[in-house]
Amino acid sequence: MSADTNMANGGGSNLIQLLDKFDTEEILNCMQCGFCLPSCPTYRQTGKESASPRGRIALMKGVAEGSLLADAEFEANMYLCLGCRACETACPAGVPYGSLIETAREVAEQAKQEDSPLRDFLFHEVFPHPNRLELLGAGLWAAQVSGLQTLADKTGLMRILPRPMREMQSAVDTVASPWARMQRESVMEAVGEQTGPTVGLFTGCIMDVMFFETNQATARVLTKAGCEVVFVSGQSCCGALHAHAGEKTGAVELAKRNIEAFEQAGVDLIVNNAGGCGAALKEYHHWFHDDPAWQERAQQFVAKVRDISELLAELPPLVFAKELHAKVTYQDSCHLAHGQGVRSQPRQLLKSIPGAEYVEMRGADQCCGSAGIYNITNLDMSMEILDDKMKNVGRTEAHYVVTSNPGCLLQMKKGIERAGQQGQMKAVHIMDLLADLV
Amino acid sequence: MNNEIKRELSAIVGERWMLDTPNELHVYSYDATPLYQAMPDAVVMPASVEETAAILKVANRHRIPIVSRGSGTNLCGGTVPTEGGIVLVTNRLNELYEIDQDNLTATFGPGLITAELHTAVEALGLFYPPDPGSMRISTMGGNVAECAGGMRGLKYGVTKDYIMGLQAVLPSGEVLRFGGKNAKDVAGYDITKLLVGSEGTLAVVTEITAKLLPLPKAKQTLVAYYNDLTDAARSVQRVIAEKIIPATMEFLDAETMRVVEAYAGIGLPLDMKAMLLIEQDGTEMQVEQDILRIAEICRREGATEVRTAETPEEGAKLMAARRAALSALARVKPTTILEDATVPRARLAEMVEQVGVIANKYDVQICTFGHAGDGNLHPTCMTDERDKEEIHRVEQAFQEIFHAAIKLGGTITGEHGVGIAKAGYLDLKVGTGGIELMKRIKDAFDPHGIMNPGKMFAKDTRRRVVVNTHECGHKHG
Ligand SMILES: Cc1cc2nc3c(=O)[nH]c(=O)nc-3n(C[C@H](O)[C@H](O)[C@H](O)COP(=O)(O)OP(=O)(O)OC[C@H]3O[C@@H](n4cnc5c(N)ncnc54)[C@H](O)[C@@H]3O)c2cc1C
Ligand code: SF4
Ligand code: SF4
Repeated sequence: MSADTNMANGGGSNLIQLLDKFDTEEILNCMQCGFCLPSCPTYRQTGKESASPRGRIALMKGVAEGSLLADAEFEANMYLCLGCRACETACPAGVPYGSLIETAREVAEQAKQEDSPLRDFLFHEVFPHPNRLELLGAGLWAAQVSGLQTLADKTGLMRILPRPMREMQSAVDTVASPWARMQRESVMEAVGEQTGPTVGLFTGCIMDVMFFETNQATARVLTKAGCEVVFVSGQSCCGALHAHAGEKTGAVELAKRNIEAFEQAGVDLIVNNAGGCGAALKEYHHWFHDDPAWQERAQQFVAKVRDISELLAELPPLVFAKELHAKVTYQDSCHLAHGQGVRSQPRQLLKSIPGAEYVEMRGADQCCGSAGIYNITNLDMSMEILDDKMKNVGRTEAHYVVTSNPGCLLQMKKGIERAGQQGQMKAVHIMDLLADLV
Repeated sequence: MNNEIKRELSAIVGERWMLDTPNELHVYSYDATPLYQAMPDAVVMPASVEETAAILKVANRHRIPIVSRGSGTNLCGGTVPTEGGIVLVTNRLNELYEIDQDNLTATFGPGLITAELHTAVEALGLFYPPDPGSMRISTMGGNVAECAGGMRGLKYGVTKDYIMGLQAVLPSGEVLRFGGKNAKDVAGYDITKLLVGSEGTLAVVTEITAKLLPLPKAKQTLVAYYNDLTDAARSVQRVIAEKIIPATMEFLDAETMRVVEAYAGIGLPLDMKAMLLIEQDGTEMQVEQDILRIAEICRREGATEVRTAETPEEGAKLMAARRAALSALARVKPTTILEDATVPRARLAEMVEQVGVIANKYDVQICTFGHAGDGNLHPTCMTDERDKEEIHRVEQAFQEIFHAAIKLGGTITGEHGVGIAKAGYLDLKVGTGGIELMKRIKDAFDPHGIMNPGKMFAKDTRRRVVVNTHECGHKHG
């Protein structure tokens, strides 16, 4: 690499260190066969190589070799990726695309140096702080129930929010009240005799604010399945959003906090109900390459992590109290299917509901376009992908579109609204559906 | 290339489809061939034959190289813009215009993905046999330009056996049609066949009419494992000598089996020297009969185990594993170089053995698999592009492999094309006279030499050239 490329990239030795972050071995493992191209939603939408996994890896290689700059164009290309990891499933050469894209974004972020204030605020001041999220949740609830939101809608106040936020907020349900949130007990005992493990529920950051009820539902299903559920205190955001957005240092800090909290709680298993968080939790040991002591602890943590569907498949079958006379289909969470390889378990759970008719959706494991905060950062591409997805959803004629991740749930709600299907179908989280039936 | 020319191109395709930013140029600087990379000056994505013709006129007027590109999955450096210029991407020309059930033909744009053509015609009980391992990604235009083969080549032939008519644009911008739906047609030279396999060096194909067959009713897969390579090769010869032509006869050596198993986990034995994967299609009765006889022959010729797939799904799984062989090999080492030296079927075992000897001699790791039924082998080298000294030995090994193939009456490439990777070896196969004639044909189509320059005909060296990415952005115009 020549000295002037260095300069142009935005700074001396710092940058060399940064480029070292790229595991060139892993980049070189991409044999450019293109097998991943048809699986990639952004490539399918645009037909452009730069929007394909093979193209993005080639760009990373270019930056790592110093023949390309980690500039705004590079950054935009890295962020157009949904991080859905369908390409990883398709790749016969076993290229770990998920970790490559995280590094690429990290490189882009650091090369850019001037950070956006909103981003900074979210990543440093909001997500890592449960109590601030709590406040945010209370504020959101107050706004929703007091009708402020309707007022804001009517007066056009919403228009001062950026367009993506406005677009997505219509899909958000009323969040739980602060009072309801305070009612939560720290331990929920098994219904009947405890036959299963003691489980620490990973509550998540946004998840616990916007989808408090889903966490409660998950806990109820677990207690019905014979588990004791502990709401472990001291846990925090999983760090996935940070990692995907190139904020690796922040991500590692959060991981340490979670590992410590769950170690102290002494639970048998750590269970989550959000595909995105789960994939991150299962990758904690990869985050501590240069820290053997923490890596060891991370490994023990990772060994205990289960997605809720994964755990329920290991336990005796659920006993249902009610029947459901409806058609049900399942939208895979990318991070659950491609990231964790959990595909059959949620489907089995749905098929086990008495009375329900399960229909498989074509292309169910193709990303819905939600992808963390992608629908905020790349709204237009996200909506294009969603509209394509809704054609397949429509064909199933299902009454319930079941998801395993809060982001996908919001997106599917938005999709149903965009397709004008509100009367006919409903998007639900698998745990909300099951909790009503067991 | 100056901005004036870029503006002309933009005006033709629209701003959105003329790309020239550093990232966009970078991602069209390579294809699936390892070790080659060079920057284009602009990338255009036309949506019609008219736009394509207009682009060619601009390029011809300014003497700018034109590299047609489908999905960039070729393995001979065919789409690497070694002399810069314009990369013309065809994936917006991907419409399936017609499936003519009376004439048994399909007509479509060159950007149509091969597997999509398969799905569409099979839904009507029809069949387009060529099935390159890359068919889920490759375009029909790319298949035509490379005359792609596939696993069904033995019984059904290759792309050229199915292309009946083409529409193509010459560098002058002239739009011509060759061939058509006539089953018999001897009016003049067969330019259709000439364009098939021309690797984008003569014209841009903008529409294709392909022949279809009725879809075979039944299909069965059989797998045979061998302790000895020669037994496997002899089985192939014997099956055909007994007048059975299977749809597919694939061969995998021990090393390839090990790697595929690690990837696909389908229960391949790891202590065997070779395996054959044989598929027959046709009427149910015929298939059953043939598979029984093939199994018998394989056993007689020394197979230690012969198994027939119980269900179509099991058969499909085995075939899918074979399709993934190349990519799975990529897991072994960072750089995977694959060639497709081909020999007459009867010399298969000799060739496989020679590859082994050559690999040892140069101390490089080479796995061999391929289409045993038609003698088309894929000796594949797992190496590391950062190890320049080893890459040099790899080059020498492949050079010797090409010579060995020619000596056995074979050829330097069976289905992947010459491109830049084998340009230096073309004379081994066609001789100086052959090359001179081919060049005169090219001159007739492309007097200014703008169509995929540097491909097929070597400038000088007979070496796999590692193009330095820092020096590759040739400027034109
Ligand atoms: C994993 C893997 C497996 C493969 N298996 C096989 C196999 O079994 N059999 C086989 O034969 N090949 C195989 N290939 C090679 C490759 O897929 C084929 O050569 C394929 O036909 C290329 O199609 P493409 O659309 O990617 O064309 P590209 O790679 O984009 O282009 C190939 C050539 O065609 C020219 N071209 C493209 N479109 C046009 C057009 N419209 N007009 C004129 N020229 C054009 C280009 O200039 C170039 O010279 C394999 C490749 C990979 C990576
Ligand atoms: S499938 Fe894997 S090896 Fe092939 S191009 Fe995509 S990332 Fe690279
Ligand atoms: S993660 Fe998803 S969007 Fe990103 S390159 Fe892979 S398939 Fe495409």
